[in-house]
Amino acid sequence: MVSHRHPNSLEEALETLKNEPCHIVGGGSDLWVKNRSWANTPPAFKKTLLYLAHLESLKGIRKTDDSLIIGAMTPYETILNHPETPALLKACLYELASPAIRHVATLAGNIANASPAADAVLVLIALDATLEIQNHAFKRTVKVKDLIEGPGKTSLESRDLITSIRIPRRTFTHQTYKKVGGRKADAISKVAFAGGAVIKDGTVKHLSLALGAVNATVVRDEGVEKPYINQPLSKLKSEKEAFKKALSSSINPIDDQRSNALYRKKVALNMINRFIESL
Amino acid sequence: MNNVTFTLNGKKTTLSIDPSKRFLDVLRNDLNLKGPKEGCGEGECGACAVLIDGDIVNTCILPAANVEGKNVTTIEGFAHTKKYAVIKEAFKETGGVQCGFCTPGMIIATESLLNKNPSPSDEAIRIGLSGNLCRCTGYELIIKAVKRAAKRGEGLW
Ligand SMILES: Cc1cc2nc3c(=O)[nH]c(=O)nc-3n(C[C@H](O)[C@H](O)[C@H](O)COP(=O)(O)OP(=O)(O)OC[C@H]3O[C@@H](n4cnc5c(N)ncnc54)[C@H](O)[C@@H]3O)c2cc1C
Ligand code: FES
Ligand code: FES
Repeated sequence: MVSHRHPNSLEEALETLKNEPCHIVGGGSDLWVKNRSWANTPPAFKKTLLYLAHLESLKGIRKTDDSLIIGAMTPYETILNHPETPALLKACLYELASPAIRHVATLAGNIANASPAADAVLVLIALDATLEIQNHAFKRTVKVKDLIEGPGKTSLESRDLITSIRIPRRTFTHQTYKKVGGRKADAISKVAFAGGAVIKDGTVKHLSLALGAVNATVVRDEGVEKPYINQPLSKLKSEKEAFKKALSSSINPIDDQRSNALYRKKVALNMINRFIESL
Repeated sequence: MNNVTFTLNGKKTTLSIDPSKRFLDVLRNDLNLKGPKEGCGEGECGACAVLIDGDIVNTCILPAANVEGKNVTTIEGFAHTKKYAVIKEAFKETGGVQCGFCTPGMIIATESLLNKNPSPSDEAIRIGLSGNLCRCTGYELIIKAVKRAAKRGEGLW
């Protein structure tokens, strides 16, 4: 039988992680689906369960001069209703799952679960978000993009805990979030797109495009974006096909029960196209 | 953690259970509350929904440990309120109930929505109910019921 830990503080949680391998439990909306067993039998977990959803120190949203910091266990619905939440993230959360999931599910869970179709991850990567990660010995900061290594794979160590998500504050002049799913709510993305840009006096000041569910991890290539930053918008517009082509090699979707590779790739390229045209 | 303590329909309740148990099983099997139903068992249909601190949550993927210290209202508890009476009448009159399997969840979703937004637009109603599936009504009748309840219950929420 597995043990159940319900710590009273972050320190106690970190101490538990130091002493035994655990499943960290946030809202449980990924863990309890993945480990589902028969009705009226508890799910078959093999490691200690460390419940964190109740810890107030891991919840809440605060503003600094340059960032918005969201506690790892803040439920989506709270983030959605916060006045400072970036519009791009709001657009995503509005379509993520349904209210009954959003009242419990968290950003940390979406990130650590590392699904290639994780919607919030896509937007956090487009927004250049970073994570604060703690273990009993030290704290570190990692870009969301650098944490996720493959489907279900992250660079988190067994003693690590995501404590907060930091999003740089930036006012986009243009932004688009688009998700293609089988149903309006509670759908896993077939393809998803997040794009943000700052255009000032005909010059591209900032550009970020990210695509979800088209490769093992979210596709965002800053190397492709960089040559267009601080350049006239007309350059990006006239080189649109080359821009798409440069990203195209990273768009390698799969066939699965939700969609097929051909469709996903075509839609992904159309989304990039439309975003550039909208600038 | 050996016990889970929470307020259930207004009464403080302590249970000695496996905290990883799905809260739906705790309600239906340990507490014999059969209002919340099991539809999909994967969070997608809302048949198992209850109110936790006033907000709709699906219990089929909710670890019992996560209700520690919370205020839980199931359809059985909600049924004693004035708001329920208004919602029930509206569902009855518009034909928002057919087989009834989705109804407890739909009523919980309605209450959760009206708690936050007492006079919701059509769009807000659709989003509020977006996690609840119904195989019978085609949804339009339910949306009509929610509108009617919001109007008739003005001042209650
Ligand atoms: C019906 C339904 C619809 C859904 N729709 C969508 C959707 O539209 N888009 C989408 O992207 N996802 C969707 N999901 C998936 C899920 O809801 C999200 O991924 C959610 O963000 C997970 O958060 P959680 O807190 O519930 O995670 P949990 O299940 O608690 O945890 C998930 C993983 O993260 C780890 N973890 C949790 N917290 C931490 C932490 N602080 N530090 C380190 N590791 C941690 C856990 O150990 C586990 O491995 C849906 C799920 C359901 C059931
Ligand atoms: S049974 Fe819980 S959402 Fe379907
Ligand atoms: S009335 Fe039958 S499922 Fe909704």
